[in-house]
Amino acid sequence: MSFLEIRNVHKHYGDIEVLRGTNLSVEQHQVVCLIGPSGCGKSTLLRCINGLETIQSGEICLDGDRISGPGVDLNALRREVGIVFQSFNLFPHMSVLHNVTLAPLQVLKMPRAEAEERAMTLLKRIGLEHKAKAFPDQLSGGQQQRVAIVRALAMGPRLLLLDEITSALDPELVSEVLNIVRDLAAEGMTMLLATHEMGFAKEVASKVCFLYQGVVHEEGPPEQIFGDPHEDRTRAFLSSIIEAGRL
Amino acid sequence: MNRHEPREAPRRAASSPPPAFPLAFAALAVSAGVIWVAWAVLLHLHRVLLANGLEQRWMDGLLVGVGLLPLLLLIPVVRSFIYAAKARAALTGSDLAAARVQTAEAREWAQYAIGYAVATVLVFLGIQFLLANGGAVASTFFKLELIRSSFGLVLEAFWKNVWMFCVAEVFILIWGLIIAVARMIPGRAGQPIRFLAIVYTDAFRGLPTIISIYLIALGLPLANVPWVKDWSPEWLAILALTVSYGAYVAEVYRAGLDSIHPSQWSAARSLGLSFGQTLRFVIIPQAVRRIIPPLLNDFIALQKDTALVNVVGVIDGFNQAKIIASNRFNLSAVTTVALLFMLITIPQTRLVDRLLETEKRRIRA
Repeated sequence: MSFLEIRNVHKHYGDIEVLRGTNLSVEQHQVVCLIGPSGCGKSTLLRCINGLETIQSGEICLDGDRISGPGVDLNALRREVGIVFQSFNLFPHMSVLHNVTLAPLQVLKMPRAEAEERAMTLLKRIGLEHKAKAFPDQLSGGQQQRVAIVRALAMGPRLLLLDEITSALDPELVSEVLNIVRDLAAEGMTMLLATHEMGFAKEVASKVCFLYQGVVHEEGPPEQIFGDPHEDRTRAFLSSIIEAGRL
Repeated sequence: MNRHEPREAPRRAASSPPPAFPLAFAALAVSAGVIWVAWAVLLHLHRVLLANGLEQRWMDGLLVGVGLLPLLLLIPVVRSFIYAAKARAALTGSDLAAARVQTAEAREWAQYAIGYAVATVLVFLGIQFLLANGGAVASTFFKLELIRSSFGLVLEAFWKNVWMFCVAEVFILIWGLIIAVARMIPGRAGQPIRFLAIVYTDAFRGLPTIISIYLIALGLPLANVPWVKDWSPEWLAILALTVSYGAYVAEVYRAGLDSIHPSQWSAARSLGLSFGQTLRFVIIPQAVRRIIPPLLNDFIALQKDTALVNVVGVIDGFNQAKIIASNRFNLSAVTTVALLFMLITIPQTRLVDRLLETEKRRIRA
């Protein structure tokens, strides 16, 4: 039994089927990359895992415990599964420090001094401790995304979901964000990330899954997926990426 | 390679500017007409002052001074003619570019004169209205002696309006938020509460405020409703205003809460914050900033609607003024209370406009 098990998950919005029997597993300390064309269900799958979307059938298990369907304590689940979004979604009316400490203070009921100390340690790690008093609007996109990652890390999650976290960034800001993810991977953080950064996926992924029309069409180690894809769809997708100069 | 040869674009014929003189003459005609109207009104005013024995040396000076003001309209008219003449000269010298510039200037000054002339004539027609009927209109609304003698009484009663809207605003802010949140409660369990909140807002937004004041402030004591029946009419009126405006303010809140992007909900909920915590720490603080201008608008309406409490016999500023008016057969005391209402609401409307402007700039930035 894997750490995260996604079994035959179906999800539709009205008539639009997004996930059509998706299967996926993630082992502890693995970094799994989801690639695939827009609208293939990458984001939806991530949002289903931490309960931001409900699924219609199938099941999702974390560490042997079912975390989908009725009766699940979503607030407890979300303490263990963090997510970082494409558009950062920092709280614009709060300082950086306040953004990071809000959940530890209110959800974990951590004492303020401890929460702030931990937040400062994390901010120091990403080199933004001098921005603790700044507001999100005063930061660059890359800085905002780094804060968003720290905000998720402050809850001490066991699984981190990253939803195309560099797609909204100017190209020169991408590396500062990816460096953090690289560090986290080296430390053994279990991560599931949807990404268009193929070079990065190739470098950090333990496993790459090609998602097409709501199912995992092909999965395997990065060398195999990028070097010797077996499926036609995967090949077509990757060649269009190469044509765009992104790999 | 078979590329298209760039084709020679047909040269656009330089067009001569529209004539400038007709508009200059129109401006002259309009200005002359306005000056004539202004002088006629001022002569009339002079006659009324004579008839009422109010004529004084300094007043004549003032009238002459005011009479000279419309002559300023002739300055832009003259400029318009000067530029029109320059335009004609440039055109005969076939300098089209210069002619266009001078024509634009001439038309600009002519339009400027006409704009000011229209505003001036409206002001003087307003004065003429007050002078109508041998000055009767003016003395019905603006009898200075009565305004002075009744001012204290009216002002004292007006404080009741101020007190009532201040108290009501506090209650409305709380009550409106409760209703707005009730309309957002998620899930099946929240359905009946959502439904009741919708029924409530629909009902009270459909009900004229004056009727709800009448029904609540007269009806509750009449029906001998326990506890409430002993309230003073003022407090019952505040209850009625709260219930009525609470429905409007709930809608303002709801629009504000809805305007926060769903991604803020996602971000907060994904950190483990509950529905209530998300509202309290993330959504409401952001929404409140956005709804201050529409909220102030509703409060300005509320402040004016405190005058409606006279239907249940509360002696507020308007009711006091009405009593004075019917005793003295003159509406000047009502003018006083009207001016008092304007005095407190106009600064607020200006403030709302300022806030809306800064909000617009912030969003565009």
